[in-house]
Amino acid sequence: MKVLVTVKEVAEVEDDFEIEGTEIGPQYLNYDLNEWDDYAVEEGVQVGENVDDAEVVAVTIGPERSEETIRMALAKGADRAVRVWDEALEDVDLLDVGAKVRLLEAVVEEEDPDLVLSGVQAGDDAFGATGVALADAIDFEWAAVVNHLGLDVDEGVAHVHRELEGGVDEVTDVETPAVLTIQTGINEPRYASLRGIRQAQSKEIAPKDLSDLGLSAEDIESDLRLTDMYEPETESDATYFEGGPEETAGQLADLLRDTGVAE
Amino acid sequence: MTDVLAVAEHRRGDLRDVSFEVITAGRELADEAGGDLHLAVVGGDVDGFAERLNREGVDRIHTVDEGEEFNHDVYAQALTQLCDEVDAGYVLTPNSVNGLDYAPAVSNALGLPIVTDVIELDAGGDGLVATREMYGSKVETTTELDADRAVITVRGAEWPPTEGSGDAEVSAFDADIDESAVRSTVTGFQEAGGGDVDISEADVLVSVGRGIEEEENIGLVRDLANALDATLSASRPIVDNDWLPKNRQVGQSGKVVTPDVYIAIGISGAVQHVAGMKGSDTIVAINTDPNAPIFDLADYGIVDDLFDVMPALIEEFE
Ligand SMILES: Cc1cc2nc3c(=O)[nH]c(=O)nc-3n(C[C@H](O)[C@H](O)[C@H](O)COP(=O)(O)OP(=O)(O)OC[C@H]3O[C@@H](n4cnc5c(N)ncnc54)[C@H](O)[C@@H]3O)c2cc1C
Repeated sequence: MKVLVTVKEVAEVEDDFEIEGTEIGPQYLNYDLNEWDDYAVEEGVQVGENVDDAEVVAVTIGPERSEETIRMALAKGADRAVRVWDEALEDVDLLDVGAKVRLLEAVVEEEDPDLVLSGVQAGDDAFGATGVALADAIDFEWAAVVNHLGLDVDEGVAHVHRELEGGVDEVTDVETPAVLTIQTGINEPRYASLRGIRQAQSKEIAPKDLSDLGLSAEDIESDLRLTDMYEPETESDATYFEGGPEETAGQLADLLRDTGVAE
Repeated sequence: MTDVLAVAEHRRGDLRDVSFEVITAGRELADEAGGDLHLAVVGGDVDGFAERLNREGVDRIHTVDEGEEFNHDVYAQALTQLCDEVDAGYVLTPNSVNGLDYAPAVSNALGLPIVTDVIELDAGGDGLVATREMYGSKVETTTELDADRAVITVRGAEWPPTEGSGDAEVSAFDADIDESAVRSTVTGFQEAGGGDVDISEADVLVSVGRGIEEEENIGLVRDLANALDATLSASRPIVDNDWLPKNRQVGQSGKVVTPDVYIAIGISGAVQHVAGMKGSDTIVAINTDPNAPIFDLADYGIVDDLFDVMPALIEEFE
């Protein structure tokens, strides 16, 4: 049994930032493992712990910098990792879903997993579409926004809950092999132990460029082009309470008393 | 001239509101692209749904009588075939949990680009320009499509629901569903736990978000809630961390609340959170980030550290 977990290093933006062209100035960005992928990694590692002879492989598309992040996945229990990168990817400012799918499809072909786990979405560009599009491309079954997973390896079925709107779960049986996009809250992601961090240093992160994957620059051409980025005009017509904490708290307390919320 | 194929959404016998929003978005797009608006409704009581969906702006409704509930394999197959049949250039679906469960598969099957969670569309110029947010609503971006066909998912509540009655031609589309490729089965639905309180009944909600940092600090907001005789609620990360139970979660996948007063403490105001609280009468936000989207909705704001403001606020009521 092999589980492939797709992970992405995402940038979080500081409160104060500046936009340069169609990008946020690099000095305002802090990189971290995508929140949703943290849960996908944990789910993959738990599957690995519960199934005999399971291997958990993390795959990322990202520059050298992202090795630090993918090593976190290794420290949390993934067995090894694949990092896809190519010079040709450096100038691409928006890798669209189709391009990501072509890259991941090539990795799936090499790895031949039984289960692919991805996050519901990435916190930065938030397309939320790569997992399901990948499933269609590799002819796997799938389920999006999974917040519960019970895997029956012998039957070849994943019993999942899909988290719909309004606090309702859809209960679904999904045949494996499958791609599941994992929702936050499905588990409690572990912290990497010191031992895990040490072990991760000796785990393999295999670099793959386009030619390793049998792809060419054409395969990463996006149909989408980012043409502008700006801070949204604030629609705020809020009344702001000004001053130090005592003053603002005092004004808010007055408001709450005036409106009858407090006495 | 490009036609648009919009897709309605239903669950457990009811059309969802997004169905009527996607008609509005689809009509606008069809007008700009100089084409017709087709609407697909797949599964359930398709004839009853078609009658209710026959609203202003729809040119043709295609019913696909396959199954009762949503099944993404059926949707993906039926819509791929229908898109080919009517030769639509744009497929438009809600950016809902189910939309994201079939739209990417349709895009891949048709070999079309996909652009999701769109808040504005403009097909008036050369190609299609889609506006979407990135980095948790911190920035907006415009994305140009280099293709003249695409699958697009539109964010809820960005377009108003269409209202006037329509005179669309309704016809049944006989999709050829390959049952061997239907490899998932919906076996039921489950409501997330009832629990001790119903936050949707509360008049005053003190709501806490990730800005609280640690579980120990929840006591701060609990103290305020107690002092105000208010109910404690939360954004998703607090519930994901098990710091508060699921029945306290406000938002798309939690509860929709409409209290007299909603006090958001350390909550950024992500779209999925806002979906659950934007109907509150008076919204107060306390947040260190002056650009946090929660301030777009807030009636009153304090731009400051909650760890300084909260103790002072609690003291006011002691
Ligand atoms: C399918 C799906 C469904 C979802 N459903 C829901 C849902 O039902 N409900 C929901 O809430 N979310 C939901 N989400 C998650 C949502 O996208 C956001 O991730 C989440 O709402 C963020 O919660 P937050 O505002 O508490 O955290 P963050 O976005 O991290 O915001 C924390 C805020 O705290 C502020 N802050 C930090 N420190 C301080 C301080 N010391 N003092 C004051 N302010 C401070 C920061 O400036 C920031 O604005 C869903 C996501 C998906 C993909």
